[in-house]
Amino acid sequence: MELGRVVTELTPFLFQGLWMTIWVSLVSIVIAFFLGLISCLFGISRIKPLQLISRFYVWIMRGTPFIVQLFIIKYGVPQLGQMVYEDFKVGIVTAAIATLSLNAGAYMSEIFRGAIQAVDPGQMEAARSLGLSRTRAMIKVILPQALKISIPTLANQFIITIKDSSLAQVIGLPEMFQQAKIYVGNTFLSFGSYVYVGVWYLVIITILSFFIKRIERKQQREQANSTNQKTA
Amino acid sequence: MSKPIVQIKRLHKSFGDVEVLKGIDLTVNEGEVVCLIGASGSGKSTLIRCVNHLETPTSGDIIVDGVDLEDPKTDLNLMREEMGMVFQQFNLFQHLTVKKNIMMAPVDRKRMTKEEAEKKAIELLKMVGLLDKKDVYPRQLSGGQQQRVAIARSLAMNPKLMLFDEPTSALDPKMTGEVLQIMKKLAQDGMTMIVVTHEMGFARDVADRIFYLENGIIAEEGAPAQIFTNPQYEGTREFLRHTNLNV
Repeated sequence: MELGRVVTELTPFLFQGLWMTIWVSLVSIVIAFFLGLISCLFGISRIKPLQLISRFYVWIMRGTPFIVQLFIIKYGVPQLGQMVYEDFKVGIVTAAIATLSLNAGAYMSEIFRGAIQAVDPGQMEAARSLGLSRTRAMIKVILPQALKISIPTLANQFIITIKDSSLAQVIGLPEMFQQAKIYVGNTFLSFGSYVYVGVWYLVIITILSFFIKRIERKQQREQANSTNQKTA
Repeated sequence: MSKPIVQIKRLHKSFGDVEVLKGIDLTVNEGEVVCLIGASGSGKSTLIRCVNHLETPTSGDIIVDGVDLEDPKTDLNLMREEMGMVFQQFNLFQHLTVKKNIMMAPVDRKRMTKEEAEKKAIELLKMVGLLDKKDVYPRQLSGGQQQRVAIARSLAMNPKLMLFDEPTSALDPKMTGEVLQIMKKLAQDGMTMIVVTHEMGFARDVADRIFYLENGIIAEEGAPAQIFTNPQYEGTREFLRHTNLNV
C-alpha cells in the first residue's frame, strides 16, 4: 500500500489543496452568515412578500441536493446567461463559493430563527416598553443575544461547509480531495491516498470541534450561574 | 392633583374566544398611586399591559396624557416613553451591564447624549443603592437587585407614569422589602403609579385608591381604609380573607 510513499509525495499537494479548502469555506461561511441573517430577518418581518422570499429560498436550498445546486450554478446558469451575453461563464471558484454560501445561508437562516425564538420574549417587551420600535429592539436587544446563542450551531455549520467543499472537486475545484484524486490517477494508490486525505479533514474538524466545545461549555457555565442566582 | 393622566373607557380585551377584560372604566389622576388587586386570572396584568399597549385592546379607549392610544395616528413608541414599566421577571437586557441597561433607551431614543445618560444612570443607581454594581451583568445580581435596576431603567426616560406588573411576585420576602421600599419612596416623591400587586401591606399603606378585579371587571373600588376594613362586595371580602397583611 506504500503508505510512506503516499505521505511523502501527497503531502505537498494536500497543502496546496488545504489552502483552497479553507479559503473557499471561510469566504462561503462569511457570505452565508449575511445571507442567513437577511433571510431570517425577511422571514420574521411583517411584510408578506419578504416572508415568502425567505421561505422559498430555504425550501429550495434544503430540498435539493448540494451537488445538483452546484451543477445548476456551474453549468445551468451560464446557459441561461449566454442567452443575454454570449461569453457568459461562471468560474470554478465562483461557482463553488456561490453554491456553498447559498446552501449554508439557508441553514443559517433557520439557525438564526431558532436563536431569536430562544431569546426570552420579555426582552422584546422590555425594549418596547421603553419606547423602542420593533426594529430598534431587534437590533439593540434581540440580535446581540440571538447571535451569541447561535455561535456553537454556526460553528457546526462551518464544519459542514468544509466537508461539503470537497464535493466541489466534481466541477474541478483544486481543493484537498481533488489533489488526492489527481494523485491516485497518477499512482493508483487509492487506499493510502483516500485514507490520508480523510485524516486531514478529520484533523481540521477535530481542531474546530475542540473550540466549539469550549464555547459551549462557557455558555453552559454562564447559564448555570444565572439559574443559581435566581434560586438563591 | 386632579388632572387625569390615564383614562380607560369601556376597555375590552379578548384572547381568541376568551374575554379577559369585559368593560373596564378607570381614571388615574396625576400623582396618584393606584393598586390593582385580585385573584390570578382576574385580568389585572392584562389591564396594565393594555395601558402601554403591550397588549392591543379589542375595543374601548385608553387616553394617556390627553392622547388617545387607539388613534392610528398616535406614535405609540413616543407614548411608551412616557410610561415606565416594571415586569414580574425584571427583563433586564442580559447582554448589557447594569449601567448600559439604564443608558440604552434614553440614548437610542435620542432623549439624551451618552454623557447625559451616563450621569442619569449613576444618579439612579445611587437612588436604588446599587452604584457599586454598575459594571456587572444582570445574571450576577440577585432577583431583588435586578428588579431595583429595572426600576432605575424605566425611570431613566423620565416617565410621567410608572406601571408595575407584579414587581415582587418572583422575589423572596427580604428582596420584596427592598423593592417595595423604593416604590414607596417613588410614591412619596409624587410619581403617578399603577401597581398590580399581591402585597396587601403595600396597597394598604401606599395606595390612594384600590381596585379589586374579578373575572375581567372592576368589582369594587375605594380608598384602602374602606377596602381593607369595610369591603362592600362579598368577593372582595372573600379575597382578602385569604391574604395576610403582616408586612
